[in-house]
Amino acid sequence: MIHSLFLVNSSGDIFLEKHWKSVVSRSVCDYFFEAQERASEPENVPPVIPTPHHYLISVLRHSIYFVAVIQSEVPPLFVIEFLHRVVDTFQDYFGVCTEAAIKDNVVVVYELLEEMLDNGFPLATESNILKELIKPPTILRTVVNTITGSTNVGEQLPTGQLSVVPWRRTGVKYTNNEAYFDVVEEIDAIIDKSGSTITAEIQGVIDACVKLTGMPDLTLSFMNPRLLDDVSFHPCVRFKRWEAERILSFIPPDGNFRLLSYHVSSQNLHPLRSTSLVAIPVYVKHNITFREGSSQGRFELTLGPKQTMGKGVEAVLVSSQLPRGVLNTNLNPTQGTYTFDPVTKLLSWDVGKINPQKLPSLKGSMSLQAGASKPDENPTINIQFKIQQSALSGLKVNRLDMYGEKYKPFKGIKYMTKAGKFQVRT
Amino acid sequence: MNGHRGFSVLRSEAVGAVRTALVSAENLQLTLKTELSQEEQHLKPHTHTNGGPDETHTKGYCTEVNDDLKEMLESNKESLKLEAMKRIVGLIAKGKNASELFPAVVKNVASKNTELKKLVYVYLVRYAEEQQDLALLSISTFQRALKDPNQLIRASALRVLSSIRVLIIVPIMMLAIKEAASDMSPYVRKTSAHAIQKLYSLDPDQKEHLIEVIEKLLKDKSTLVAGSVVMAFEEVCPDRIDLIHKNYRKLCNLLVDVEEWGQVVIISMLTRYARTQFTSPWKEDSVFDEHSVRAFYESDEEKTRDETEAKAYVMDPDHRLLLRNTKPLLQSRNTAVVMSVAQLYWHLAPKNEVSIVTKSLVRLLRSHREVQYIVLQNIATMSIQRKGMFEPYMKSFYVRSTDATHIKSLKLEILTNLANEANISTILREFQTYVKSQDKQFAAGTIQAIGRCATNISEVTDTCLNGLVLLLSNRDETVVAESVVVIKKLLQTQPTQHSDIIKHMAKLFDNITVPMARASILWLMGEYCERVPKIAPDVLRKMAKSFTSEEDIVKLQTVNLAAKLYLTNSKQTKLLTQYILNLGKYDQNYDIRDRTRFIRQLIVPNDKSGALSKYAHRILLAPKPAPVIQSAYKDRDRYQLGTLSHTINTKASGYLELSDWPAVAPDQSVRNVEVIEPVKEWAPSLGKTGKSKPAKSSDDKFYSDSGEEEEEEEGSGSSSSDDSSSSSEESGSDAESSVEKNSSQSSEESDKSSSQSEKSSSESDTEKKKRKTKKPLQKKTVKPTAKDSDSDENRNVAKEARSSSAEESSSDSESDSDTDADSGTEHKKKTKSKAKPKVEVKSNEEVSLLNLDDFTPAPVTQLKSSVLSPSLLGDLEGLCLSNVSSTIQVSGPAFVPEKSHDLLHRMTGKGLSAQYQFPRQPCLYQPTMVSVQISLTNTSDHPLEQIHIGDRSPTGLNIHCFNTIECLEPEASVTVSMGIDFNDSTQAANFQLCTKEDHFSVSIQPAVGELFLPITMTELDFHKEQGKLLGMNESSATITMAAENMTSQPISRPVATVANLGVVPSGQDNVHRFAGKTASSGAVVLVTVELRELSTALITINTEKSVMGSMLLRDLKQALAQA
Repeated sequence: MIHSLFLVNSSGDIFLEKHWKSVVSRSVCDYFFEAQERASEPENVPPVIPTPHHYLISVLRHSIYFVAVIQSEVPPLFVIEFLHRVVDTFQDYFGVCTEAAIKDNVVVVYELLEEMLDNGFPLATESNILKELIKPPTILRTVVNTITGSTNVGEQLPTGQLSVVPWRRTGVKYTNNEAYFDVVEEIDAIIDKSGSTITAEIQGVIDACVKLTGMPDLTLSFMNPRLLDDVSFHPCVRFKRWEAERILSFIPPDGNFRLLSYHVSSQNLHPLRSTSLVAIPVYVKHNITFREGSSQGRFELTLGPKQTMGKGVEAVLVSSQLPRGVLNTNLNPTQGTYTFDPVTKLLSWDVGKINPQKLPSLKGSMSLQAGASKPDENPTINIQFKIQQSALSGLKVNRLDMYGEKYKPFKGIKYMTKAGKFQVRT
Repeated sequence: MNGHRGFSVLRSEAVGAVRTALVSAENLQLTLKTELSQEEQHLKPHTHTNGGPDETHTKGYCTEVNDDLKEMLESNKESLKLEAMKRIVGLIAKGKNASELFPAVVKNVASKNTELKKLVYVYLVRYAEEQQDLALLSISTFQRALKDPNQLIRASALRVLSSIRVLIIVPIMMLAIKEAASDMSPYVRKTSAHAIQKLYSLDPDQKEHLIEVIEKLLKDKSTLVAGSVVMAFEEVCPDRIDLIHKNYRKLCNLLVDVEEWGQVVIISMLTRYARTQFTSPWKEDSVFDEHSVRAFYESDEEKTRDETEAKAYVMDPDHRLLLRNTKPLLQSRNTAVVMSVAQLYWHLAPKNEVSIVTKSLVRLLRSHREVQYIVLQNIATMSIQRKGMFEPYMKSFYVRSTDATHIKSLKLEILTNLANEANISTILREFQTYVKSQDKQFAAGTIQAIGRCATNISEVTDTCLNGLVLLLSNRDETVVAESVVVIKKLLQTQPTQHSDIIKHMAKLFDNITVPMARASILWLMGEYCERVPKIAPDVLRKMAKSFTSEEDIVKLQTVNLAAKLYLTNSKQTKLLTQYILNLGKYDQNYDIRDRTRFIRQLIVPNDKSGALSKYAHRILLAPKPAPVIQSAYKDRDRYQLGTLSHTINTKASGYLELSDWPAVAPDQSVRNVEVIEPVKEWAPSLGKTGKSKPAKSSDDKFYSDSGEEEEEEEGSGSSSSDDSSSSSEESGSDAESSVEKNSSQSSEESDKSSSQSEKSSSESDTEKKKRKTKKPLQKKTVKPTAKDSDSDENRNVAKEARSSSAEESSSDSESDSDTDADSGTEHKKKTKSKAKPKVEVKSNEEVSLLNLDDFTPAPVTQLKSSVLSPSLLGDLEGLCLSNVSSTIQVSGPAFVPEKSHDLLHRMTGKGLSAQYQFPRQPCLYQPTMVSVQISLTNTSDHPLEQIHIGDRSPTGLNIHCFNTIECLEPEASVTVSMGIDFNDSTQAANFQLCTKEDHFSVSIQPAVGELFLPITMTELDFHKEQGKLLGMNESSATITMAAENMTSQPISRPVATVANLGVVPSGQDNVHRFAGKTASSGAVVLVTVELRELSTALITINTEKSVMGSMLLRDLKQALAQA
């Protein structure tokens, strides 16, 4: 399946290579570089590139290209999914997945890659098992290792892979037993010029941080499970039980993991009226105009809360890619700070919290290239925001029960709404 | 440097020559060691650095560094070695050559330090191919490790050994793989499956032997192994589809529990398999196409029924099994799994069921850019054929300004595919926004999309055309150019009334600089020159002026225009044409010269021009068919969806074609699994009970016709043979399939066994029932495979089954829960629908009777799967268990509690009272059953007749009933024994106790302790077993006990009362050990009671049935604390 892996940084250098079968010369990456040159933006590089003898399948994360070399037919998603899993694992191990972090931990990286694939076929991709095999580096351990010459490879051989519950390691012990669940919903929306919603949907996840001793068996039930009709689960969730009772029953992995992700489209919020829409928590008033023949353009933007269920809208960040013709901007925010990069033409305005009494606005003028014609499209505005303590879809956890262990765990559930791909067309 | 070169020459000679060359090596200040390996190593650097592109100036440095590293490797300090290895791995990662360190590294292969060892493995795998002679030195280490008691060490040894790509060791690898394939540990077996592929790529000659191993591993029942072995199968012998037959059902049933990567591989293999084995479900389903949009959770079965009734097509139950068992995987978090299920449905499911994958595919669009790309490509292909599937999700394909360009164009493609009369206005409005995008490439794509919509949907052609004309005044060149090209195509489809558009374009001509657009306008002028008689010559005039500076494509069209005008309007354009033809004659481009020459001959009549010029008008101005604008994704589905080949739209190497459906389904019986497989190594270590003989005979008697059973067992292939008994009139009507026969036979048998044969139901009725019985029946046959059932799930299933309907489908347990529910409801519907046409109004009771008939075959089939009878089975198991200590044997119960429980009170039983108790004897009928003794007493004043067992639930419950008691006199009592397979759960067994007149629902609720069989073993074995069951398989608790209980006698007493366990002799006074195994799956259960000070005791239970373990622990705690 996966023959080799090359890591390429943004300047086009291969800084790591790993081969699972016979060695493939790194010159195979030339085809990749060619494609990279042709692409205007880094993310425009096609994920699948055929070459005369191989196929290159790549993913781009954290401005590193992970280029897998394939020799024969394989589902491309299989490779892509695996590569993303590799990145996730690196991130899990090193906190960040940057070129520097990978270079610093090259030995751990190599050990991980060795465990994750055998002959190009995924072997151990569960982070709990990997952590049993190879201890993640910590500063303390690094120091200790250098002094004592001890190792970061687990002496204990893992048991998880061999058990019925491959995602959980054994012998977990905590003094404080706690289980936290974060219900995070992202709203994806496209708002048109007039302020009406073209499309809006909610992408939710429940991320868990479970630190429980032993082998707990948890059940999580919802007040309104009807909302969850398009879900994907962590393998630990007992699907049958969900189908029958709409209850999540699972033996959790140890530590952080994503329990489930779900999708709420406008359809399943209001099954009868497929046109009805997800509540949009903010509105934007905008007036961006360019006049023909003038080298000045007007820019006005006002934000306000709407349908926020009484919660404050925080961490608002507005960004917009202005047309190429714009040379510079001269704007005044009523709150927060704004920056404009004259090279990339990227305007970003860090608003902070929206005060409903005094709505934040950004007003001023843009100077245009002299003689350039009026841009024919107004820029799209991307908005990011957070609303704490509420899930936009109204999803609520009813209760969490634990079986199989005796102690009383500390339980916590947090809700949050964020903007996902929230775009306003102007 | 010269020295080095000398070496490389020498190196190519025989080894002896190399050795002599060592003398010169000394000149290179390399320390010469005595060992041969080192000598060679000293040679290596030179040969290498010479050959490599990494030439001379770095070499000095390299050697220096390497010397350094070598010294570290040879030191005695572990930490230095480790440090050196880390640096070497760093070098490998950067792609630097570190091969000259091979000898120094390979010496550490046997190191005790795990990390060091691992790094050495990494190194070895990387360089072994280049350093074959030296690599051989390490082999013995691996051979030793292959025998290590620790499974993980065995596995990793095999992994590395098989990764060493050296041809000489092929026999060793082959041997190791064969051994590992029958290893006790599934993990090692998994590794051996991986090793198969490695060996195959190293030496394809081994194929035949490897196929044998694959065949063996395919039979493996571990979920860990399944994915890897199928992968090996796909790589080594994808054409040996025959190997799959026997494992098909097992794979389907295991699928949900296999790890995600294995799922992908298995699903794509099963897709191919199904296309060769089943008939097409797509015949004439246009009938159903439109009311096809079904709710996600609606029963599948019902649909099958629809179809069955409407036409002759019946889906093979195995086909259905595959579809049903893959459906839950749509919920996987792994996008590759979801995609593979989607493609499976696309290629295998009846057309009206495909749409259940839509929602999941759309969900994947939220994932990473690369995932989106692949998924969108597949959706694009699907949406061409099946608009309806994705139309409700149209808005999910709206483009965002932040999408990457290739994502944008894919979304555009899909939106175009989805466009129809109803939604076109929405889509066009959306397109309007896109046209203004700053991404001009995307804007151009949108214009093409508009063009496609306009041609496909005639209602909007005019609107689109007008919109496009407006775009002609756009400032951006690419947009205008694209518009021109698209307008040209559109006009061609309906040129009649569009002369103003052509005029408009002619006006714009001067401003348009993109060659393709200019060429298009010129072509339009020429083609429709009669509609614009005034403008066309003028355009030609302009072109004549600028001809020399135009692009080739424009020149060609200018020549064409000139020719056409010459033919239609020679008066005005004769001179112009001649001028242009002259220019063209001397053009640099030979195409243009050729064209000019040809045109001249064609249109200008002269004596040399032949007959052709007469036809010039017809040649040049022939009506041309409008171009068909079609998607790039049309016909992409000739490649299996989700594959690499589909993505790149060419056949990738190693792509396996999806065959067409066979016209006639191949023999279905090949998938029947006839003989019970000797199950996993640790499976029931069944004692050879002396009583097994009578058990067999009693079986035979009960089912009256043992010959028939024999037949069934043989695979029920021939259709005539099983008509032997009374069923000839029925079997006449159902010439459907052998499987059906099989079921007919069994249901028949059940008819006989249960006296309630149903007289009213007509022949067709029974047949229908049979068709359905077939399903649970076959599941039955595969049953023993899916045995790692989570008892938790069992509980769920039970609940589900109970709640889903009052009636009893023959549910089994475990993963098939929804199936059963489905079939249950399905059945209900069916019975009703059947009842209608027959006018005969059936009462509820009758319905339940029907059920009874339908589902009684369960015990029969169960029997079939174990026809070998307990005694024979016992023997077999004894054989295959040779690797488990022979001292583990089922023993007699240590203690049999006298306690009996009420089953049926005489009041509720109208005089019949029943009590049951657990005699704690191994069940005679089947090893997996728990034996139960029932004493029946007649307290009424009249004799009770025909006492027997009727309906049961949960439906899959396996009960060996007692023989019908023909008559029980008043005040008489009788004790009968029966066997119940509780499936290792304490869930109550519900069944009906029937007399001739009445039936009473009763239930037997076993205490967890009754589900065990005691075994004896030595203390040593106990420890060994315990060692295998640590971690999650262990549960323990500390309790306080009364002081007088601190001796061994009172301890074993309460323990024995609670659970049917055997005492294990213990060397320590304060530790008491008990051992048993679960009746159904034979999992070992070990109980340790360790007495401590202050009258506390630690109870530890080791078993892989963790739920049973914790229940047992609870019971024991209670018992010991009380005592």
